[in-house]
Formats: sequence, C-alpha cells, structure tokens
Amino acid sequence: MIAEIGLAALWLAAALAVLQMVSGAMALRVPEGEAAPLAIYTRPAAIVQAFLAVLAFFLLLYSFAVTDLSIKLVATNSHSMKPLIYKLTGTWGNHEGSMLLWVGVLAASGGLLAAFEKRLPERTMGATLAVQGFVALGFYAFLLLSSNPFERLPVPAVEGTGLNPLLQDIGLAIHPPTLYAGYVGLSVAFSLAMGALLTREVNPSFARAMRPWVLGAWVLLTLGITAGSFWAYYELGWGGWWFWDPVENASLMPWLAATALMHSVSVLAARDALRTWTIMLGVLAFSMSMLGTFLVRSGVLTSVHAFAVDPERGSFILALLGLYIGGAFTIFALRAGAVAEGKRFAATSREGALVFNNVMLSAILAIVLLGTLYPLLTEAFDVRVSVGPPYFNPASAIFAIPMLLVMAVGPLLRWRADKPARIQFEMLLIAAVLIGAIALVSFFGSYPFLPLLGLGLAPALAVAAVLPLRGRNLRRVPAATWGMVLAHFGVAVSLFGMACEGAFTQERLAAVAPGGTEQVGDFSVTLESVAPVAGPNWTAIEARLAVRQGDGEPVILSPQARNFWSPPQATSESALLTKWNGQLYAVIGNQAEDGRWQIRVWWKPFVTFIWYGGILIALGGVLAIAGRVRVDVKRRKAVKLGDARRADLEALGAAPVPAE
Amino acid sequence: MKNRLLLWVPLALFAFFAGLAGYMLTQEKDQFVESTMIGQPLPDFALEPAFEGLPGAAKADFVGGGPRLLNVWASWCLPCIAEAPQLEALKAQGVEIIGIAIRDRPEDVANFLAAHGNPYSRIGSDRISEVQLAIGSSGVPETFVIDAKGVIRYQHIGDIRADDVAVLLAELEKAK
Repeated sequence: MIAEIGLAALWLAAALAVLQMVSGAMALRVPEGEAAPLAIYTRPAAIVQAFLAVLAFFLLLYSFAVTDLSIKLVATNSHSMKPLIYKLTGTWGNHEGSMLLWVGVLAASGGLLAAFEKRLPERTMGATLAVQGFVALGFYAFLLLSSNPFERLPVPAVEGTGLNPLLQDIGLAIHPPTLYAGYVGLSVAFSLAMGALLTREVNPSFARAMRPWVLGAWVLLTLGITAGSFWAYYELGWGGWWFWDPVENASLMPWLAATALMHSVSVLAARDALRTWTIMLGVLAFSMSMLGTFLVRSGVLTSVHAFAVDPERGSFILALLGLYIGGAFTIFALRAGAVAEGKRFAATSREGALVFNNVMLSAILAIVLLGTLYPLLTEAFDVRVSVGPPYFNPASAIFAIPMLLVMAVGPLLRWRADKPARIQFEMLLIAAVLIGAIALVSFFGSYPFLPLLGLGLAPALAVAAVLPLRGRNLRRVPAATWGMVLAHFGVAVSLFGMACEGAFTQERLAAVAPGGTEQVGDFSVTLESVAPVAGPNWTAIEARLAVRQGDGEPVILSPQARNFWSPPQATSESALLTKWNGQLYAVIGNQAEDGRWQIRVWWKPFVTFIWYGGILIALGGVLAIAGRVRVDVKRRKAVKLGDARRADLEALGAAPVPAE
Repeated sequence: MKNRLLLWVPLALFAFFAGLAGYMLTQEKDQFVESTMIGQPLPDFALEPAFEGLPGAAKADFVGGGPRLLNVWASWCLPCIAEAPQLEALKAQGVEIIGIAIRDRPEDVANFLAAHGNPYSRIGSDRISEVQLAIGSSGVPETFVIDAKGVIRYQHIGDIRADDVAVLLAELEKAK
C-alpha cells in the first residue's frame, strides 16, 4: 500500500508540474499588471508538487527502513540484517532511489522558490516557475516511465540481495545527498535565468532574487565535494585526495560554473553589469549538473563510480539534455542579443577583477570538460585513452594561478573604476609575502614548481583575504563581507594543504618482516603482527602497526587488505593517524615469499588543511546567505511597517503629522 | 553582428557533444580490456613438482588432446580457498586443470589440497614468479584457457565464482 501511495504521489506531482508549466506560461501572454487567467494556480501547484515528491521519497525511505521485500528495488538493494543506518542510506545507493532523491530536491527547490520569492515581477515569476515545472516534468517522466522505484515483485523475495559493500560506509552514505541537493539547487538558478531571459527582465532585482539560491547550492556543492574528496582519500587507499575521475569532474564542473555565477550575480546585483554573462552562467551551471548525471548513469565513460549502466536510460537522459540544455541555449542565442547591455566599467575595478576571474574559472571548466569528454571522443575512433593528472594539473594551473593572484587584489578595488596606485601598500604587502614565502621554502630545499608556487601563494592569499577588513569598524562590517573574507581565507588554507601535500609528503614502501621497524619522517613504524580477519562478506589481512613519533607512546594502526565476495572487489582499508600538522597514512600490500609484508606509509604534512579549507569556504557561503537574508527580511519588515502606517493614516483620513 | 554569432557558440558546442554522446550510446561497449597475451603461445617452461603427490608442469603438458585450464594459485592466498569449489565443479565437468603454485612450499601445498580438495592433474612450483610473469599474470588467483596447441585463449583474473564456471566452460568449448 505504501508503495502504491508513493507511486500515486509521483503521478499527481507530474500532473501538477503540467499545471505549473501551463499556468506559468500563460502569465507571459498578458501584459505586466494584468492578472493572467490561470496565474493563481502557479505557486500552489509548485508547493503541493514539492510536498508530493518529498512524500514519495519518504515513503521509499520507509519501505527501505522496514525492508519491504515485495518492492523490487528494496529486494535488490537491501537486506533485513543490515544496520538501520545503511538500510536508510541504501535508499539512494542505487539508480532509481537516487533519481527519486534528485526529483524530490528538484520539486522542493521549486516549492521553496514559489513560497518565498516575492520580489520578482509576476510575469518573470510565472515564466520561471513554468521552466521549473517543465524541467521537473521531464525527470518525472524519466522516473515513472523507465526507472520506477516502487515497482513490485510478482512474488515477494524471501531475502534481499544486499548492498554493494563499498557503499556501507558513512562517508559515502552522506556525501551523495549533499551533492545532489547542490546539483539540483542550481535548477532554480537555471529557471530564474530562463524566466528573466524570456521576459527580458535581467536587472539587479532579478540578481538579488537569484543570489541566495546560487549561494545555497554552491555551499552544498562545496561541502559535498570536500566530503567526497576525503572519502576517496581514505577509502581508495592510493594516498591521493583528487583523482580527476569522470565522476569527480562531474561534481567539480557545476561547482566551477556556480562559483563564477555567484560572483557574476553579485556584480549584476550591485552594479547592473554582466547581464548576458550571468544568464549564460545560470544556464551553464545546471547544464553541467545534468551533464554529470548523464555521464554517471549512461555508462558512456568508464569510471570507478559504476552506476546503472543502461543505454536505454542513457538515451532518455540524453533526450532530456537535448530538450533542456539545447532549448536553453537556443533561447539564449535568440534572446540574449535583445537584453540591454549593462553598465560599463573600467578594467581596473572590482568588476574588472571579477570578470577576469570569471573568465579564468570558465577556462578551467573548459579544461576539465575537455579532459573528461576526450576519451569519449577518441573512443568514437576506437582509440582508448585515459586522461589523468599529467594533463589536468598543469592545464588547470595555467588559469588557476592568475585567477588566485587577481583574487588577492580584486576585493581591495573599488567598483566601476579605480587606480592601482591607491592600493599600492596592500599590493606590495601581498607581493612581499608571496616572494618571501617562496624564498624561505626554496632556501630549505628544492621542490617541484607547482607546490612551491602554492606554498608562496597560500600565505599571500591568507593575508590578502583579511586586508579588505583593514581600517574598517569590524562591528559594522556586513555579514556578507565576512563571508567573502572567510571563503577567500578558506581558499588559502586549502591551497596550503594541497601545496604541503605536494611538496613535503614522505613515502616509504618497504617489505617488512613482523617485528621489523621502518622510519618515515619523524615516525618509526613497527610491524607487530599480521593476521587474517573475517567480516560478514569479506576476508582481510590486517596488520598491526605500532607507530611512535620521536620517543612518544606508540599508537596502533590497523590497515587491511580486504577481498569482498559479492560483488568481487579487493579494497585497501587505509589506517590514518591524524596530528594537528598532518596525517600518517598506512596501507598493507602483498606478502613476499620470505614472509615479509609490503607496507606503504606516507607522512602527509598539513594534508587535512585541504578539507578544513573546504569547510571554511562553505562556512563563508553560509555567512553570506545569512547576511543577505537578514538584510532582506529587515527591508521587507520596513516596507510592511511603512505600508501599515500609510494605511492607518489613510484610514484616519488625516495628513501625516509633522515630526516635532 | 559578430556578437550575435557568438551567442550561438554554446548551442553549437552542446550539439556537437549531444551528437557524439548519442553515437557512443548506440555503440556496443566493451568494458573488458583484453590481455595482450591472448592469442600468444605459452612460453617454454618446465617447472618442478610443487609437492610429492603430483608431477610438475611444462609447456609440453598443454600440447595435444583438448583445451585445458592453467590455474595460477598459492596456498597462502585467501581467494584461492574461495575458488576451490568452483575448480572442483570444473573438474567434475571433465576439465583438466594444471596448476602453477606461486612462491609456495611443498608442505603448505599438500596441506591446502588436503583441506580444500585437489582438482589438479599436475602442479608446477614457480618459486620466483618467473613463469607467472612470462604468461602475463600479475596476481593470484588467475586462470587461463590454453588450447591444444599451447596457445593462450582466455584469461580470468581473480577467483572463479559460481557465475564464472559457465563462462570458462564456454571458453573451453570455443578453444576446441
């Protein structure tokens, strides 16, 4: 019964999406100010639709919680003996469930937009909600016609067939929903961009309406990518924190577009410039989300994140991409020329710096997109290639380095036009820190170029991040500015972690007999014993490593080499020892013939800063949202108060009493 | 005018991608990377017996008769225990299995076979992974289908699971 209610809720939601689309589009046919015939239905349709889609998701969640084995999806992806937390996370650990989560977030975003966005003109709002409904409709169709999560089995299964053991990990259970909320949150930016383009209302008030949505989605993407990177680092056992895997890239590309969009929308809000560019990025960001979904689910690219590989589903999503991305770019090409040009500005101004960084972010996006799709292109000619760090690292650094330099000075510049001479002191200070840090590091040793540059840039950026606060009354600095300072400081922290990891990592690969000791950095690692251990669906070799720093007390680390039976998979369970200034990372390899074991130990100074930085960046985004929303609420209250007062005075029939 | 044309660039790029992706979706996808050893004859080798109970293995043992399985394994390898029942099942189907024990000791081999059954007709001892590397195997267990001319026809990496038995039987049939 639960499953049938869920399915009915989805069908009803799809029907409401049609109503939302039609009634929203009708608003475009009448001039602003006149009531469109169906306009009163648009917002309620979006809100009720959100309720129904979220309800469907919770009903599936419930079915997983109670392990309803008459539902095909539960029977194939769950097991009655699994811990409750993994039963719940199993809901989105598969194609249909994650698609339902996608649709739920999409509908919820649309519902929130309909419920809370009151500033936009009704025509723009109608067009926006119509686009949101249109996008939702396509994904409802996909879910209902080719990926029904509530499909029943003719005969209930006796027991479920479990979940991929790799997915039984808390890191992987949490980061996909965060990323999903981020990807799909960008759909609001997409719909708003299309709505504004259709009504040619691309102006600062539109930008102010769009900004919190972009910020919110961007915060979630930042957190999701940070968590995903950490998961890959400790779970895959390669000691690296970013692999340029197609699926990682699929999450990075919307983030790059959203980062550019967030800055460009701020320029539009503050200065009424960059109109076309903001629209373009708004379309691009969600397009990248949908592209990522296509790449992950169609199986056209080979990736460690194997999902449901099904050409039929792939074709369906490709058709949706053609409809939405193709349609949006067509409207963009036809309409964008008709959007009046925004305000002009000088190259040396805050807008100028933001434009420069927008172009750099877009260039990095193009580099990542090209590298991700290149194997697809060559495979069309039957050549198999793998594109990895040797391409991505230098190619993206070419654009990232100038971007970071401009990021350092950009916030110090004034809007519209500025003279570099005015911020001479700040620029000299930043340059001195940069050169000083590089000189200092080079003095102590020779390191590869990029990490060395990173070690110079990180402190320079950290100083530059707080410089905009210089000479200001800290209590009067708006929360949004604090957000910017914190986020830019987070970039410096993260960069510091990356550069340290690149420059100072010490690695020791040795064959050690039980009882033997190896030295890595300041640590002595003793292999105490190696023993087989068995889990519910795996067997493993587990090493007991006693790690001693200097003369300190030993700490036991237990890395494992695991073999899963079903599905067949060998994984390396790394063991981590976290210190404030870095991490010791240990994995166990094969046994050599004379009874010695391969042990691989890394000492990675400050590697944790990569993820601390990510969290700081996200926190900056949260502060910015809080600041903007607070200002907005205050403004609304003031307007309401003013209206009420005027109404009171009119009711009294009296002229305003002059203040005494 | 130039600007107007620029606005079509995103659509053109997307159309190119969509065309490419659409084409690739219709193509048969072969995820499996075939070993370059497939189609190559076995290298010349002659290995000592791995323990006293069975004779050793040489290239000559694969020539003539029908196709055979070459199973690379070791007594210290946990997945090899898991695949033992599947090897028994293959033996029961009349398949001749010749083993190569990697970096092993005679008493360990004998203990393993006593505990998990003996599906082999011969087992050679490869103490330094010499033959293993020469036939393109990087780990244990791996299983090769060798035809009657001593040519490698198929490579299975990892332990043989219940589902793989039919695949191996089909490959053996193809190699006839």
